[in-house]
Amino acid sequence: MDKLRLKFAKTGRAAYISHLDLIRTMQRIFSRAGVPLKYSEGFNPHAKISIILPLPVGTESECEYMDFSLAEERALETLPDCLNPYMPEGIRAIEAYPAPRKGSELRWLRYEGVMRHGRDGAYYNEFFAQPELWVTRRSKRGERLDNVAPGIGRAVFTDTPEGVAAELLLHAQEPTVSPELLLSALGEDGPDYYAFTRKEAFLEDMTPFR
Amino acid sequence: MNRIDDEKISTLLRQVQRPARYVGGEYNQVVKDKSQVDVRFAFCFPDTYEIGMSNLGVKILYGIINEMPGVWCERVFAPWGDMAERMRQEHIPIWALESGDELEEFDIIAFSLGYEMAYTTVLDVLDMGGIPLHAADRHGLKHLVMAGGACCCNIEPMADFLDLCFLGEGEDMDREVIELYRQAKREGWDKERFLRQAAQIGGIYVPSLYDIAYHEDGTVASITPKDGAPAKVRKRIVEDFENCYYPTKPIVPSTEIVHDRVSLEVFRGCIRGCRFCQAGQINRPVRSRSPEKLLALGRETLENTGYQELNLSSLSTSDYKGLSALCDGLLDYCRPRGISLSLPSLRADNFSMDIMQRVQQVRKGGLTFAPEAGTQRLRDVINKNVTEDDLLESCRVAFSGGWNGVKLYFMLGLPAETDEDVLGIAELAQKVFWAWKKNAVNRSRGVRITVSTSEFIPKPHTPFQWEAQVSRDEYLRRVGLLSGALKQARSITYNWHDSEMSLIEAALARGDRKMGRVIEEVWRTGGRLESWSEYFSLERWLTAFQTCGMDIDFYATRQRPVDELMPWEHMDNGVTRRHLEREREAAYAGRFSPDCRKACMGCGAASLLKEGVCRG
Repeated sequence: MDKLRLKFAKTGRAAYISHLDLIRTMQRIFSRAGVPLKYSEGFNPHAKISIILPLPVGTESECEYMDFSLAEERALETLPDCLNPYMPEGIRAIEAYPAPRKGSELRWLRYEGVMRHGRDGAYYNEFFAQPELWVTRRSKRGERLDNVAPGIGRAVFTDTPEGVAAELLLHAQEPTVSPELLLSALGEDGPDYYAFTRKEAFLEDMTPFR
Repeated sequence: MNRIDDEKISTLLRQVQRPARYVGGEYNQVVKDKSQVDVRFAFCFPDTYEIGMSNLGVKILYGIINEMPGVWCERVFAPWGDMAERMRQEHIPIWALESGDELEEFDIIAFSLGYEMAYTTVLDVLDMGGIPLHAADRHGLKHLVMAGGACCCNIEPMADFLDLCFLGEGEDMDREVIELYRQAKREGWDKERFLRQAAQIGGIYVPSLYDIAYHEDGTVASITPKDGAPAKVRKRIVEDFENCYYPTKPIVPSTEIVHDRVSLEVFRGCIRGCRFCQAGQINRPVRSRSPEKLLALGRETLENTGYQELNLSSLSTSDYKGLSALCDGLLDYCRPRGISLSLPSLRADNFSMDIMQRVQQVRKGGLTFAPEAGTQRLRDVINKNVTEDDLLESCRVAFSGGWNGVKLYFMLGLPAETDEDVLGIAELAQKVFWAWKKNAVNRSRGVRITVSTSEFIPKPHTPFQWEAQVSRDEYLRRVGLLSGALKQARSITYNWHDSEMSLIEAALARGDRKMGRVIEEVWRTGGRLESWSEYFSLERWLTAFQTCGMDIDFYATRQRPVDELMPWEHMDNGVTRRHLEREREAAYAGRFSPDCRKACMGCGAASLLKEGVCRG
């Protein structure tokens, strides 16, 4: 069975599992569950799995997507129930289905988060409404300045007893705007503590990504 | 709420390298209901998560202790430098991975000590947990600090810091000590009473129950037990190895570790009597599992973990009687599932090569052999039973079978070693090269022959326990000699391990209680995780020796007279002192001793078995 997609959550302690470690962990989960992944041919066979939009270490998510192929026929509806008993704490399979479109079509991600030990909600609302927000992007080729304002679909901040609650809709790829990158625009005014969770993924036209 | 969700800690975790190693939550970890637990046991490994989680002993004891109802065993590892520094800055105490609770909340704090360079990390972990370092400063039953592992065959340098030590295999005595602890807690004993009672359990060593007196020259004059402690602590072993506990549901780390695979322990002990090898002496007698049992354990563990690799572990896997049958059985299971089988510690002989060829049908990387010494004369001295013919024949088979890399391991600074022996290493490597030239399937691919040398470290409980380690300058001279001889050789690479760490290891291995001050001083001046070259500092050790008014050469490079009372004389591993002395004489005479199966040399280890008969 080729071109399948698994929607899964990665929360709690699992948020600290890095992208490469997650791929290895996923292979072992399938192996423990007795669900054989399809392997590549050749000298050094590896499981054909890939994760759309790797999550930054420390960020939680309720909408991760992994593309994979199986070596044998399986009922996809029951696949999450098959896999879940074999997961480490914090990873949970939600849904498995044939991938209807490419992962590269995922365009927007909605995040919810909390920020503490910084400014209040009003300050953030005003700050992120500016037409230009300059941040430093670091890549293998070095550093460059970039305006992330066009990558913000929505940024709403509300004061609560637990801190400033944030709801963000950010451009997911080309270019990627992560909550961390966005907050870096604040410089010294940034919060000392923050935690974000990916909640939903969308296509360009804001219909849900599957 | 788990501490890991704490604001300060979660912020920190986003800023350090590889945070997954600090949070637990892995598949197969054991979590218990605290209200149902009356003994909390912190199993500490004084090195990183990646090293500690690779250790089979940790997996075994974690499983066994957690099988006890009411006892919760959790893991503690030493954080890497970036994390440790931040934790100290922010006053965050070290925590156990399962519950996230601080070390302070545990009843028993037990360390696995497999190598001497971990000693300073023991102090560091205690300090990061807010636990007093010295046993004498810890009062009451809570926070008992214990240690087990190979280092316990001479734990004297750590004696001031430890309340209780386990000599030998922990499967049974760990449980016995925990049961006694539970009784002590229930009945309100004081610490002294508990320790006196614990010293009556076989294999348990309570350092505070022994008075050590020294001669003026610093050597040990007497070791006096008190309060009914045994004059000699006798090592514990698991007699029924076939049916003894094996962890078929080990924790599967969510981040990469050093040995990330199923490790199947085929036997304990070793039939070879290599005179330099401590493991070969202190783990006697040999006890094996049947191929059927191993096959069942291997399959079950692979199914429970999802690992794609299985490794057969022992001190000398070629000596396992059922190896051929076991490999066939495992291959039948592993091949169709894409699981690979690895066989380290094979000997250079025909039988092993045959096995290797069957196992490694796909990938043919490098082969590793350890002739240890360059000439037959010196191999006879150290009792390393590999002949040049064996080695070259194995290489011929390997090269004609398509292998194109061989690693050869040697030691320099062995007792009775001459320049001729050092140069013999180069000659042997050259002969391996010629064997490749004659037998290579595809010569255009070339060959990689790697010669590695490390410095010989005399260890307690071996026939070489009286020997002097050669000085650093002498070791480096011999390295230079070998390096010069290999310079012209094509396709041969020479690596040598620096001797800085070997010097400290030698001093610690045969140290006495006076050494505790040096270890503490090194830790106070920043020493931790010292088996890592990035954290080791020879300078720090030499300064500490000086500060404490101690002479490192007394411990490392001094030849001991054979009648000297050793600091570890009260530790009985089964192998008798008389046997070690005989083996020492045989070494000097260049006389070879056969392995246990060819002829019993009467080492004494058989006396650890109920019937007194060793089945090898």
